[in-house]
Formats: sequence, C-alpha cells, structure tokens
Amino acid sequence: MTRTVPPSSEPEAQTATAPKDVAPAVALHTGTSDVRALLTSNLRTSGIYIAFVAIIALFTVLTDGTLLSPNNVTNIVLQYSYILILAIGMVIVIIAGHIDLSVGSVVALTGAVSAVLVIQQGQPWWVGVVAALATGIVIGAWHGFWVAYVGIPAFIVTLAGMLLFRGLAQQVLGNISLSPFPQEYGRIANGFLNGLLGGNGYDAFTLLIGAIAVAGYAVSQYRSRIARIRYSQPVESFPFFVVKIVLVAAVVMAFAWQLAHSRGLPIVLVILAVLILTYGVITKRSVFGRQVYAIGGNLAAATLSGVKVRAVNFWIFVNMGFLAAIAGIVFSSRSNGAQPSAGNMFELDAIAAAFIGGAAVTGGVGTVVGAMVGGLIMAVMSNGMQLMGVESQIQSVIKGLVLLLAVAFDVYNKRRAGASR
Amino acid sequence: MDDSILEMRGITKTFPGVKALEDVNLKVRRGEIHAICGENGAGKSTLMKVLSGVYPAGSYDGEIVYDGQPVRFSGIRDSEHVGIVIIHQELALVPYLSVAENIFLGSERRGRLGLIDWNKANADAGELLRSVGLDENPVTPVGQLGVGKQQLVEIAKALSKDVRLLILDEPTAALNDTDSAHLLDLLRRLRERGITCIMISHKLGEITAVADNVTVIRDGRTVETLSLHAGEVTQERIIRGMVGRDLESYYPERESHPGEEVLRVEDWTVWHPTQDRKVVDGASFTVRAGEVVGIAGLMGAGRTELAMSIFGRAYGRNTTGRMYVHGKEVHPRNVSEAIDAGIAYATEDRKHYGLNLIEDIRRNISAAALHKLASRGLVDGNEEIKVAEGYRQSMNVKAPSVTSIVGKLSGGNQQKVVLSKWLYTDPEVLILDEPTRGIDVGAKYEIYTIINRLVAAGKAVLVISSELPELLGTCDRIYTLSAGRITGEVPVGQATQENLMELMTKEKELAA
Repeated sequence: MTRTVPPSSEPEAQTATAPKDVAPAVALHTGTSDVRALLTSNLRTSGIYIAFVAIIALFTVLTDGTLLSPNNVTNIVLQYSYILILAIGMVIVIIAGHIDLSVGSVVALTGAVSAVLVIQQGQPWWVGVVAALATGIVIGAWHGFWVAYVGIPAFIVTLAGMLLFRGLAQQVLGNISLSPFPQEYGRIANGFLNGLLGGNGYDAFTLLIGAIAVAGYAVSQYRSRIARIRYSQPVESFPFFVVKIVLVAAVVMAFAWQLAHSRGLPIVLVILAVLILTYGVITKRSVFGRQVYAIGGNLAAATLSGVKVRAVNFWIFVNMGFLAAIAGIVFSSRSNGAQPSAGNMFELDAIAAAFIGGAAVTGGVGTVVGAMVGGLIMAVMSNGMQLMGVESQIQSVIKGLVLLLAVAFDVYNKRRAGASR
Repeated sequence: MDDSILEMRGITKTFPGVKALEDVNLKVRRGEIHAICGENGAGKSTLMKVLSGVYPAGSYDGEIVYDGQPVRFSGIRDSEHVGIVIIHQELALVPYLSVAENIFLGSERRGRLGLIDWNKANADAGELLRSVGLDENPVTPVGQLGVGKQQLVEIAKALSKDVRLLILDEPTAALNDTDSAHLLDLLRRLRERGITCIMISHKLGEITAVADNVTVIRDGRTVETLSLHAGEVTQERIIRGMVGRDLESYYPERESHPGEEVLRVEDWTVWHPTQDRKVVDGASFTVRAGEVVGIAGLMGAGRTELAMSIFGRAYGRNTTGRMYVHGKEVHPRNVSEAIDAGIAYATEDRKHYGLNLIEDIRRNISAAALHKLASRGLVDGNEEIKVAEGYRQSMNVKAPSVTSIVGKLSGGNQQKVVLSKWLYTDPEVLILDEPTRGIDVGAKYEIYTIINRLVAAGKAVLVISSELPELLGTCDRIYTLSAGRITGEVPVGQATQENLMELMTKEKELAA
C-alpha cells in the first residue's frame, strides 16, 4: 500500500522551529515539551532504553538487589566488555548491509598469537598486544579483500573465516591451552585504576572521572543545542533538556559510585569508553561513517553518488578485524591464557547486540550506542539469570526469544512508518 | 451478435497523486491481433495490468466484459483461469529451471501420488515447443537460450494454459530482426488457430505489418481505434494520434543564449554488460553552456545507457570514445572521477538509484559532495544543515524540515532533493534522465523552471526524456537516438513531434 503523508501530519511538524539567530537566552524557552510526541517520534530509539531500564528493574527485584551491588556491577563490566567491543565493529558491518560470522574465531586466534609470544616465548606483554592487533588487521584485510574486491557475500567469506581462523588458532596453540600470562598482561582486563586520590572505603578517582564524564556530556549537549537553535533545528524544550541531563548524570554517577565502592575504575572500562566515543564520532560525523550508512541504505544510489564502495567495504572489515583483536586481547587477558575454543559463539552475541540495539537487518540503520545498550541488555539478562541460578539451557531459550522479539519490534516499526516504500 | 471477445469500458485507474488511466475504452474482436500503441507513460502497461488482474477489481473504476460476461478479477490467477495470459516485457522465466519446468511452473503435470510425471511433462513441453516453432530440448535450462527463444518459451507456457487472449507487452523490444520476424510469424499462426492477441508495441512497422486494428492511447485516455485492413492507415497517421497534443503553457518561457561548448562526446560506443551487443554505437554530441540539449529515443534505444556510461562508466563494458569537458579531454573511470570532472547525472529511477529513502533530506543532499563539508574526515553537521536548508528553500522542497525522511516525500519533492544533491556538486554539465517521470503537472512546471534557472546561470544541461512535448518545450537542440545510434540532430525551431518520432523509429539500415 502506498500512502502519501501530508507534511503536516509528520511528527516533526509538531516541534516548534525557532527563528534564526536567536540568542541562547531566548533559546531556553523554545522547543517542544510534549513528552509523548517526543517518545513516539523516537520510539524506535527510545524503546530500547525503556526496555533496558525495565530489564534492570526486573532483575534487580528478582535478585533482591544483588544485580546492582557494587561488586556485581563491576563484574558485568569485566565479563561482557569484549562482547561490547565486538558489537562496535559488528554494528558498522551490519549498517553497511553485511555480517561477520568469524569474530569468535578471530578472538581465539589473536589471543593465541599473543599467548604464544608472551607465554611460550617470554616476550614482553606489549609485543603480544601489538602482534594480536596486527593479526586482527591482516584478517580484516583478508575478509575485506574477498567481500569488497572479489564480490563474495560477507556471509560466505566470514563463514569460511570462522572455520579457517578457528583451525589456525588450534594450530598455533598446538591444540592445548596456554597460561598464565604475566601480571602486566592480566591487568588489561582485570586491572583497576584506583587509590590515585585516596578515599574512605570508596575510590575518589573513580568518582572524579564520573563527574568529568557528566560535565563533558552536559557541555557537549548544551553546545549542540545552541548550534541546532542557531541553525533553526527543532530542539526539545529547556525543562525537558535539563531533565534529560540530570537523568543521565544521575545514572552515570550512580554507576561510578558503585564502581568506587567496589574495586575502582576498571581499565577495560576506560578502553571501552574510548572506543565508544571514537566510534560514535566516526559513525555519526565522519565522511567514512556517512558512506557506510549510504551503502547500507541504498547501494546503487551510493555508487552513483561517487562513494567508493569497494574501499569503504574493505575498511569496514579491516576495522572489524582490528576490534576483534582488541576483544581477543581483553578476553585472553581476562581468562589469563589462550584456549583453542576461546570466543566460541561470540559472533552471535555481537550480532544479537547490534540487532537488539536497533540495527536493521536490511542495512542502513543502527548506532554504536544502540549496539552498546543491546549488548548490555544481553549482559544484564545473562548475569541476572546466573545470579538467580537459572539453568543455562533456559538462559539460552530466553536470550533467543529476546533477540527475536527485538527484531520483530524493529520490523513492525518500519512497516508502520512505511518510510521505505 | 457482437463478435468482440473483450470490451473494457470507462476504465479509470488512479495512483496517489497521478491519474494513470482516465475513461479508457478498448474493444477487441475475437481472433484478431490488436495493437496498442502510445508514448512511454501513456498508460498502456497499466491498462494491461488492469485487464490481467495485477490491479484487482475494485482498485479501478470501469467495467470489463470478457466473452460476453462482466468479469472482476482479483488476481492474475483469475484471469488466467478464463484464458487471459499476459507476457511481460521483462520475461518471467526462472533461468536455472529447464524449459519444461518453466512451462509447467504453477501448473505441474501431476501423476500418481501427486508427484510430477516428468516423462509426461517433457513430452507435453516438446509438443508445445514444436507448435511455437522452437526446436529445443525441453530439459535445457532456460538461461542457456537467447532472448528470442525465451520469448517463445513464454508463449509456449501461455499455450499450455489454454490461452484464448494473449497479451504481449513489447514482445520484440529486446529481439533482433530475425527473431522479431519469427515472432510476428508465430502471432499470425496463432491467429489462424483462433487465439486473440493484444500486442503493445512501439514499432509501427510491426504494427502495420501484423495487426488488424490499432488503439492509440495518450495521456491515459483512448484517442482512437484505427482499422488497418483497408491499408490506408499509414505510420504517420498513427504517430499523429500518439503525439497529437499541443504544448500549451506547460513550459515556462526561456531566452536562449548558448555560450561556449562545455561537453563534447565523440564516437561513444558501449557494450551490454552481459550480452554480446552494442547498446550505444558511435554516438557523438555536444552541449554548450546555457543550453538545454535533449536526447529523444524510445524505450530500449540506449538513452540511459549512454548517459550512465558517460557518468564514470557506471554502465556497460568495453566503453570506447572520447569525451571533452571545456575542450579538455577527460577519462573518468568511476563516478567520483566523473563528479570531479564536473559531470552530474540525475537518474530516471530516483527510488532505486537516486536516493537513500531511509535517510533524511539533509543527508541525501550532501551525499555526492560530502568532502565539501568535511575537514580532516569529519563532516560539519551544522554547515550541512545550512546547505540543505538553503536548497530546501531555493528549490521549494515541501517538507517540514531538512531532517524529514526522503521516503515520505512526494515524487516531485524527491526529485527536487535529487536535483539539489547534484547542484551541490557544482557540476559543469547536468544530465537529467527523465526529470519529470512520475510527478504531477505542477511539480513538473517547477522542475522546468529550475532547469531554466540553471541554464540562465550558464550551466549546460542534457535532458533525456521519452516525452516529446517535454523535449520540445524545454530544449534548444534535440538529438534522436534509435537502437544506440544518433539518427538526427534537430534545432528545436525545426523539430516537430512527427519528425522526431520518425527519426526515433528509424531502423538500423536506414540510419547508417
């Protein structure tokens, strides 16, 4: 059914547009405060946050609060960081309309390369890190070559890669596990930044970092709001804007508070935060990121707009290999060794995170932040069910259903919007 | 007693914003070959889709009487059930299946236990193939046959369904002369067997050779039905029916001041990407600054292929020829080099090739020239909004804001976004392929105004259109293209729809 929507009925029409060149003082009183309009117009993106909050609330109640205890919050970060790192690369792959089934095997191989160098040959820890990263990049280039320049669907290329690199990981390790890593290497995933500023029973440094993050967020949001108003773009009303900042600040500080009361700021969280910020900018603001969305949204139109599709696809996979190597390093560090079966099924968790986070199966849609929330939903569910002692087979059933429902919700939304037909 | 097998009365079909058919009447006698002709977009194919139930009863107004009975088809199965079979221009065969499998697809020859009896199927298929004069083994995969033979397989498939009214949409468009002659011969033989044929065709030579009657459709209305029996109806007479409308004030006035030559293409030849034939054959043309040049050609003449091959070889293979922008020879090997050389190409199919429908206006406008907004690889999002907002206003894109999703806009507004996108690349020459396809009259006028503004600013514009009045109303010079060759160059002052149509239908040997 084709439906012509008169412009006035679109949600954007309900948002007031500020006149040009308004001073910031005036800007405080412009914008819509119709919460419902804002929520429905952004249901696709806000739905995921609502679901995330609901799942946290549910498991907090079911576990009598253990879920949000300082030690458990820290554990969730440590346990699922490598899935989140993979999900960053995976969501970019998915936005471009591809898939990568090999990342679990790449995690195993990069970890194995690192372990062989550091544990077997006694090289310093950073040699292992560099070698693992190089391995990941080469693997990414290998995938990128077949996908972009030979034109084989990524599903096939990375399915082959999944077998190929799993086999190589086993070969490199001689089919045995290697452990333990020296202490420095272990700090990557298990270390904490704490005690730098002291504190009584809590780590002041962690709180300071949390406060800096909140301040940075508030300032960047305010600047973007001013810029939007200057360019006559719709913004939410000032009270709504303030409520949003306060909410985010409360969540971040509560999170930092819990971390501070446990072991402090995990190093891996710092790595993750840097990656999320960097890739957030790359996907939202860089030319490369735009081209990724353009390819996924309409390949033919992107080609005819002068996008060098092959090069972009190639670098997408190189990047995926790079991030898989980081995940491999973090995982080997966390498990304090390398196993031939490491990273098994990680690709599925990463793919699920991207889709739960709102990426479209058909490409062209998705965000890094969405994938992170999607990954955290999976993480909180797994962790909560473990705390409750739910059997692993039931956990698997529930996670499967959540993935299915998330994508069904996405498909339903798209059909209702009818935007693409 | 009425001897008509089919009568369509007062058919009106409306798409959102466009009236595709208005009060169309068609009467087809039993056992005749009835041709339907009209310009591209006149509504021929829509009419046939109404007849065959692709557009179900209820989605159009009017009445269809078939074999003396009013009929209401709710789908293509209903119409096939009573013996109406349509063969589309794009053949609907599965290339990896055998001839027999294709013929009986959907009506498999069942044997015991409901399993397919392949011996019977292949034997039946062989017989059908003989009846259409095709000497092929029924187990050959269809993909191994040429287009002409595939067309015959389609007809054999229709015969297997006990067809009584066979509809062929441009059956010879993709065929060479021998295959065409063969097909026309087959149609005559089918007529002898009492099968009625409706044939949509652009090729007037074929129509006068084989058809009994011809109905001319123009702008979604029936113009006339001419009997070809007396032999007094000439091709010129049919052409007059097809194009006979006045230009009126559809087109805004423009003064023409052509300047220096901007684009020169010489001896341009392009091969089909997969088939062994030339799609464009030795074409040469020029476009000057401040000039609108038209390319007129019927469907399949190679218009789009010519344009896309110029645009960084986005189409075809073994492309040869020379190309100059402002007198300097350029060799763009891909689209981004073509854009750098100052060429912009706005596609005829904006939904599939022109726009990212799930993105907003702003990101579509910036898509082809992101580097202009970027420094050190990062896009200035605020500047982008400013640029997009500027185009939204100057092009009069009707949307609440530049963050509106393009897929929700009307065709005319989408087209303005496409034009904005290409204008932002700051091209020397702008190629507009069917710039007003599928948009309403008001928006068309706006697009023409935009074209005029561009040439007034000294741009060179090349317009490809299948609507002759559009070319006559907007261009300074018009080239005609037939079967990949430029068959004429006519200044607009001397051009009429009749003489253009004649050049556009010029056969190969005449053109040489």
